Amino acid sequence: MSSVVKDEHHDEHPSGIMRWITTTNHKDIGTLYLWFAMIMFFIGGLMALVIRSELFQPGLQFVDPQFFNSMTTMHALVMIFGVVMPAFTGLANWMIPIMVGGPDMALPRMNNWSFWIMPFAFSMLLSTLFMDGGAPAGGWTLYPPLSLQTGDAFPFLIFAIHFMGLSSIMGAINIVATILNMRAPGMTLMKMPLFVWTWLITAFLLIAVMPVLAGGVTMLLTDKFFGTSFFNAAGGGDPVMFQHIFWFFGHPEVYILILPSFGVVSAIIPTFARKPLFGYASMVYATASIAFLSFIVWAHHMFTVGMPLAGEVFFMFATMLIAVPTGVKVFNWVTTMWKGAMTFETPMLFAIGFIVMFTIGGFSGLMLAITPADFQYHDTYFVVAHFHYVLVPGSIFAIMAACYYWLPKWTGNMYSETLGKTHFWLSTIFVNLTFFPMHFVGLAGMPRRIPDYSLQFADYNMIASIGAFGFGFAQLIFLYLIIKTIKGGTKATDQVWEGAEGLEWTLSSPPPYHSFNTPPVIK
Amino acid sequence: MSESGSYYIPHGSKWPIIATIGVCTAMVGGSSLLNGNDIGKYILYVGLAIVVYMMVGWFSTVVSEGEEGLYDSQVDASFRWGMIWFIFSEVMFFAAFFGALFYVRTYSLPWLGGEGAGLVTNTFLWPGYENVWPLTANGPGEVGGQFKTMGAWGLPALNTAILLTSGVTLTWAHHALKEMKRIQLIAGLSLTVALGIIFMYFQAMEYGHAFNDLNLNMGSGIYGSTFFMLTGFHGFHVTIGTIMLMVILGRSIYGHFNPNNHFAFEAVAWYWHFVDVVWLGLFIFVYWI
Repeated sequence: MSSVVKDEHHDEHPSGIMRWITTTNHKDIGTLYLWFAMIMFFIGGLMALVIRSELFQPGLQFVDPQFFNSMTTMHALVMIFGVVMPAFTGLANWMIPIMVGGPDMALPRMNNWSFWIMPFAFSMLLSTLFMDGGAPAGGWTLYPPLSLQTGDAFPFLIFAIHFMGLSSIMGAINIVATILNMRAPGMTLMKMPLFVWTWLITAFLLIAVMPVLAGGVTMLLTDKFFGTSFFNAAGGGDPVMFQHIFWFFGHPEVYILILPSFGVVSAIIPTFARKPLFGYASMVYATASIAFLSFIVWAHHMFTVGMPLAGEVFFMFATMLIAVPTGVKVFNWVTTMWKGAMTFETPMLFAIGFIVMFTIGGFSGLMLAITPADFQYHDTYFVVAHFHYVLVPGSIFAIMAACYYWLPKWTGNMYSETLGKTHFWLSTIFVNLTFFPMHFVGLAGMPRRIPDYSLQFADYNMIASIGAFGFGFAQLIFLYLIIKTIKGGTKATDQVWEGAEGLEWTLSSPPPYHSFNTPPVIK
Repeated sequence: MSESGSYYIPHGSKWPIIATIGVCTAMVGGSSLLNGNDIGKYILYVGLAIVVYMMVGWFSTVVSEGEEGLYDSQVDASFRWGMIWFIFSEVMFFAAFFGALFYVRTYSLPWLGGEGAGLVTNTFLWPGYENVWPLTANGPGEVGGQFKTMGAWGLPALNTAILLTSGVTLTWAHHALKEMKRIQLIAGLSLTVALGIIFMYFQAMEYGHAFNDLNLNMGSGIYGSTFFMLTGFHGFHVTIGTIMLMVILGRSIYGHFNPNNHFAFEAVAWYWHFVDVVWLGLFIFVYWI
């Protein structure tokens, strides 16, 4: 029934730009989120290339150190808040109402607001590049007292973060309401696809921690402009307190960036292994465990800052505990593939790439969790290598896997496998070329966030810079492929992938403007 | 919108983009003002005016859609989930400031006073600093100079009684609504609004007392910081809550709501109880102990 519902209302919608500005449709808003993330991906990527150009050789050659520091700070803020989070929210918007068999998101007008905040918030943030004193340069973690030395950019930075937080919280509330309230009859919680489950838990994390970040940056603002002493020891406060507040947000935040990836990979692996996911229930419980643990590990980012011994030990063991549910997940994915009838279309390649390289990032994280060892690794390129392994071939690869997986469903056209596979292999080779050498220079003691380095790090840095440029240019293939697929191509079937299961594959490709006017029947 | 399904999905709406433009304008104006540009003030006002216009417009749309009966029970449940999680996010916002208060009292100030890890600071940087809460809670630099603290058993205790009473009057109004006794509903809501306004009036008096007689302000070290940020954000929330109550009161007088359909009333009531509970935390941890 549902797959034959025609889009009878198409002509009711305003056309042109006003359609996109006023839309309350979950697919339109999902598309907007994804394109926004794509644009920001290239802006943040250009910033990374400025960093890698400067680090191509020792010595100062292209930019002054202040601007270099602005680039590291802005690159992080753009990639975290402007790329990974909106991209996953876009995927959630597109897929969750369809996956649970609902007519749309639960709160469609608020959904529009959540999106349209983003371009404005990022215009505010990026405008700081042209202000007196330059863009924020104290690192995305905004530690005082350094961050309080920011010039005119400071209040714009703080308000931009408030604004993004508002968007994230509203987006998350909408997703929770959709999952809890918009499921088709028979779609029990334990029948939901894992992408829905991981997003439910992610949304809970967002609602819990974005307000804490808002509170923390508000204290920065009042410390700078209204004479409060939150982070001023002379007034009885403590700069380290900011780090506690920040990382109480920051650690759940890194799981916000990765949990939806788990959902994506859990959708793709069974499709191309042509086997049901191994250990569905354990996947749900593992995700929930990771989310719970994320609230009690934050100070592992601060081992070297000075903490009572009991704190160091507690946060070390709590952090290492996360390896258990994460291991459950990796085991389940591998076991799903075991003796499966596997094929290696582009989404599958990205998903397998994710598993391998995310696990590398996970293991380096385990190394960093060991307090005494962390005293050596802290603030070195080893840390940079670690979190880029979980974020680039982790989150970003999962987002790309999702785009390839659902692109035929969204557009109704098949993409070019040749281009897709080229994109995958170039990305995989160059991403390792970029980030793997950083482990070595990091262990050898190269500090992060410094525009110059000693000579012994030169070779590996040159390799990393070459890798970064290669990775950057490889993404143009992705952009070209998406535009080409939207414009035309072989028509996709409703099922698209032979082994795919789930409600989205029962709809036409592309799906009707309103997905399920009548709730589907859940077996 | 969907003829077969009953879930109401609104057509395109102009309100979200107006909201974004309003908030963004206010933020740009506020930022310029903080950077010392006086013109920022006017940009801020324009932004806030747009926000007020948006709120009136957006809420009017929702209220009239609700009165037209466009919202079925499933839409109602979405609103409920939305409000519950919004209040949870507010709880976490206050948790950041309560957390700061607990952190400075448990760690920062004792360490500055030479306990545990703070021995070196106390020996070399600020010798002789003794941590006595709240007497020396403006830190070893005595930021803001000598100050006196706000006692718990004067106005704050009275305000506690006022807010708790307002919770009772609001519940009375809710019961009246469920039994369709509109006069009692209006009386209960009016009393709640009045108590909210009295609370804010007393808070304003208390702030005046703090500024003028106690030399206590946001610059009074960490004591002043936590005191004014916590009570200030709470007062802001009471203000919002009172405005929300006034809207609900107006709608009740106008004849809106019935025993089966009064989500807006309940949402405001939840919010008001949340503000109430935060105040209890404030009374205990900021004023009392």
